[in-house]
Amino acid sequence: MKALSQKRRHPLAAIALLLMGLLVTGGLYAVATTVNQAKADTTTYSASDVEEGGKLFAANCATCHGMGASGSQSGPSLVGVGAAAVDFQVATGRMPMEMNGPQAQQKPAQFNEEQTKQMAAYVASLGPGPAIPEAGVLGEKGDAAKGGELFRTNCAMCHNAAAAGGALTRGKFAPALAGVSGQHIYEAMVTGPQNMPVFNDANISPEGKRDIITFLKQIEANGSPGGADLGALGPVSEGLFVWIAGLGVIIAFTIWLTSRTS
Amino acid sequence: MGNHSDGSPSHSGTVATAGQNEVEKFQDPGIPPHRLRLADTDPRAAKKAERQVALLFGISVVGTLIFLVSYFAIDLGNDSSIATIRLQNALLGTGTAFAMLGIGTGIVHWAKALMPDHEVSEERHAIRTEDDRQAAVRIVDDIVEETGIKRRPLIRNTLLGAVALAPLPALAIFGDLGPRPDNTLAHTMWAPGPDGKLKRLARDPDGTPIKAADVTIGSAFHVIPEGLNELTEGKLNEKAKSVVLLMRLNPEELHPSPERADWAYNGIVAYSKICTHVGCPVALYEQQTHHLLCPCHQSTFDLTQQCKVIFGPASRPLPQLPIAVDSEGYLVATSDFHEPVGPTYWEREQHVLIPNS
Amino acid sequence: MSSSLTPDAPVFAAKTTGGRITDFVDQRVGGSGILREFGRKVFPDHWSFMFGEVALYSFVILLLSGTFLTFFFDPSMAETHYAGSYTPLTNVEMSVAYSSSLDISFDVRGGMFMRQVHHWSALLFVASVSVHMLRVFFTGAFRKPRELNWVVGSVLLILSMAAGFTGYSLPDDLLSGNGLRIIDGVIKSIPVVGTYISFFLFGGEFPGTMIISRLYTLHILLVPALILLMIVMHLFMVVVHKHTQYPGPGRNDGNVVGYPLGPVYAAKAGGFFFIVFGVVAIMAAFFTINPIWNYGPYDPSPVSAGTQPDWYIGFVDGALRLMPGTIGDWKVEQIWFGHMFTFNVLLPALVPAGILFTVMFAYPWIERWITKDNREHHVLDRPRNAPTRTAIGMAGFVWYCVMWAAAGSDLIATHFHVALNDVTYWLRALFFIGPVIAFIVTKRVALALQRKDREIALHGRETGRIVRLPHGEFIEVHAPLDEYKRYMLVGFESPAPLPAVPNDHGVVDRKEKLRAKLSRWFFEDRVAPASPAELEAAHGHHGVHEAVEAAESQKTLSH
Repeated sequence: MKALSQKRRHPLAAIALLLMGLLVTGGLYAVATTVNQAKADTTTYSASDVEEGGKLFAANCATCHGMGASGSQSGPSLVGVGAAAVDFQVATGRMPMEMNGPQAQQKPAQFNEEQTKQMAAYVASLGPGPAIPEAGVLGEKGDAAKGGELFRTNCAMCHNAAAAGGALTRGKFAPALAGVSGQHIYEAMVTGPQNMPVFNDANISPEGKRDIITFLKQIEANGSPGGADLGALGPVSEGLFVWIAGLGVIIAFTIWLTSRTS
Repeated sequence: MGNHSDGSPSHSGTVATAGQNEVEKFQDPGIPPHRLRLADTDPRAAKKAERQVALLFGISVVGTLIFLVSYFAIDLGNDSSIATIRLQNALLGTGTAFAMLGIGTGIVHWAKALMPDHEVSEERHAIRTEDDRQAAVRIVDDIVEETGIKRRPLIRNTLLGAVALAPLPALAIFGDLGPRPDNTLAHTMWAPGPDGKLKRLARDPDGTPIKAADVTIGSAFHVIPEGLNELTEGKLNEKAKSVVLLMRLNPEELHPSPERADWAYNGIVAYSKICTHVGCPVALYEQQTHHLLCPCHQSTFDLTQQCKVIFGPASRPLPQLPIAVDSEGYLVATSDFHEPVGPTYWEREQHVLIPNS
Repeated sequence: MSSSLTPDAPVFAAKTTGGRITDFVDQRVGGSGILREFGRKVFPDHWSFMFGEVALYSFVILLLSGTFLTFFFDPSMAETHYAGSYTPLTNVEMSVAYSSSLDISFDVRGGMFMRQVHHWSALLFVASVSVHMLRVFFTGAFRKPRELNWVVGSVLLILSMAAGFTGYSLPDDLLSGNGLRIIDGVIKSIPVVGTYISFFLFGGEFPGTMIISRLYTLHILLVPALILLMIVMHLFMVVVHKHTQYPGPGRNDGNVVGYPLGPVYAAKAGGFFFIVFGVVAIMAAFFTINPIWNYGPYDPSPVSAGTQPDWYIGFVDGALRLMPGTIGDWKVEQIWFGHMFTFNVLLPALVPAGILFTVMFAYPWIERWITKDNREHHVLDRPRNAPTRTAIGMAGFVWYCVMWAAAGSDLIATHFHVALNDVTYWLRALFFIGPVIAFIVTKRVALALQRKDREIALHGRETGRIVRLPHGEFIEVHAPLDEYKRYMLVGFESPAPLPAVPNDHGVVDRKEKLRAKLSRWFFEDRVAPASPAELEAAHGHHGVHEAVEAAESQKTLSH
């Protein structure tokens, strides 16, 4: 015990600790990569789905979106937004909104899959709109390079070239896309949730959307080839890192170097 | 603790003098006595430090081996995965780090623990002595005298003139670094072709033309002029001026000025994507607020007010591209932009009227 | 004269092979004289003196890794289609420069490592130059005779930024391409010649096909050569001046106290090179820098959220962001005489950087004029002992940091969940009031620290032990300082304001009046070092304490 506590005070100890921390964090980041499987389902709605969905809607959504989803002061009309919009907003937890703010925040989903499907069925019955995408367009078998080009042209300015997210005006932001399922990415593109523009099939074809999803899933699965990605935020996080960690470790070394040995 | 005075009872609160103008000062006690280290007195400690240094050098050898092994054992073939590259990078770096830190910390530990650590005082010498100065002055005087430059002003003056002019060719020779600026900045590919054919709006990057019906409300299309991808020369130069953002709003939300009444089609509007601040692509479209945001410096433009600047460092609205629909239903530009696109430049005002003529 | 000319002088004959080779070289280059002069030269030791070395070593690492990179990099803007092993870019149209950068990263063994070593050490290079300059400023090391070396150092800072920027743009990726786009916009805003400079730089319209190869030449030839030249001048002057030292017992303006170059200092400094290299290697091994594969090839249409320059250009980018382009409906950009005056770009791009660098270059002369201090200084000021200078430095530093932070306003907004616009509004306010607050706070803190030093010098260190005296009074025992520690706290100068002095004609001119005013501002608030008389007085007052302390120490001894 005594030997340990003495060693702890040793001038080398701080540096050793720093080094160890640096190595461990770096190593962990470098090795850890996550793979996310997009789930896809094709659904047909029954009359009972629509009926149940209507009840759920009246109980949970109508306060803002109005009875019959015709809209009110506090929420837009949902006639014609389609099942895709409902699935995206409800399954990602954005709706029902926790509070009024610049934009609806992602949070744990408030309804289970069955309920979400019923509400989607109800809203889809009110008017034609984008349907929940079929599994065929969600596969990760697309052309990642083509998807990358489309992503950089149409998406990177808000979501960042590495899909790490970015700021919009007055408190709004484009979220990071890591961990978002292919289905939700697809639905976001066709419905244009909140301030995101709509990318209909005439703008980006279904194959193009599949390519984008393939690209996103591929870079997410790959991780950064150079080690920890520091949030993929670009030169700002790199600058912070070199000032705090890089110079910090070097200063620790200079202090050790110029201190007197006991 | 009133007694713990800072010696400043009668002065302003922030001044603390030692009471008198002529202050006697503490004498410099000199360099503190040398304190011995453990390794100086205890041979065992010295031996231990010696072993530690050797161990650190040994770690360096291990690091070098790690580097060599990971360089030769991991081959980056064409089928190498990202994980392989990451692994090799990490191992090469770890090897280098051990190799370098082993040597570095070893040497420093050696210096700190085993080399004598007596502080030494060395006198400073005057950077310039008066003797040297006088000698230098004499030498310069002799040199000046021997050249006779003072006595022969003709030589001096012609030399000065020649030397002053001689660098001019060195400047002039850079004249071909680039062409002189001309009206190219005022023109883009959107001008109708020589046969009067209007340019169609095409998708970026694949270049397929866009029908008005494709652009639903809330959509944003990134647009290039038809034929841009077929250019063999200066493609990026043209693209840097001609990229456009195409959006569709509810027509009631647009408030066009009278002269731009026919520049939109059914709520579809096209604006230059190049920021009027310093030229980044203003590509962020918020479909509910109808704001365009530049991600570089956050200039914000309001689509409903003809892209007037509502926030940020830009001064001018984004130039609008007048559009219409051709007989096949495709969107076309009815003319070039009516002003130069992109960042402001000195001659811009003279170029404003050119595209119209 | 020399031994070879006098036949009867004993001729030295080396015994070993190594000795003979050394002797051969020595007779031809005169190494003995150099070693005699420098072999035992004394260098003071302090951790804050090492930043210059960090900069020098990062530069060496940059030269080594950069040379490796030039063997594989091709600075051509010709069009090609990617055929390397990074699949998310397969067959994408790009420039040869970008493609060869990707090949370095993915298809050259160790190429990724060398790229990351190069970029990390570039960031570290500029950072260590900056910290080194901050150290020199705050300790007053720029004073006579080192003013010119301060100027050389400032030139090195600018050159290091130039080296960084030219290198940042070389891979021709989307991020750096948009950076060049911004540079083009800034250049075009220059009145009269802006458009010409832009056309000359890019070889025509932006982006053209020349810029990468031109920047490459600057990056690998011209800028490093200038940096080397400046480093040689810098080190030459360090040798002429000898190193400064912190105040302390035995240290004065006439000597230099420290360790001899051989062996201790040389070993530490030499070993430190390997340590810096090792730290850079760890960063390069585990932390991605400049992931060009994410950004994609340069194309004028796309852009990524979070488009920023490397950190050292950040303050200019931040200033560009802070400047409003319109105030109400009034446009900052003006059309005068049919020409454009782009003040919304010109002002932020040139004015803050201009002020910072002008003050930086001129500061030694400004302070010298105000203080009329023409003596040589080899003993440094502790920052607290020059409160006004320290406060000026902090005001400038805070001003820089506000602009620096503005370059990341979008990331501040997303990461702290505040509105982007509010971040800008706050930073605009801080741009003006931040330096003022920093000045006032720093000066007060410095003065307070000086008072604390005075307290400790006079009354000793508070031990935290409370003792009750026989008559009931409670006092805290103060441990007296030994004379060496005390001298650390009292061995400094505290100059008083210098009133205006009439010139040769007996007149106090306006300039002199201004100088006197500045001198008052500089030295009005000060805390003088404690004097022996005060210590005497304090001891008188502390008679009781000392008795207690004596008893206490007796007690400890008897334990």
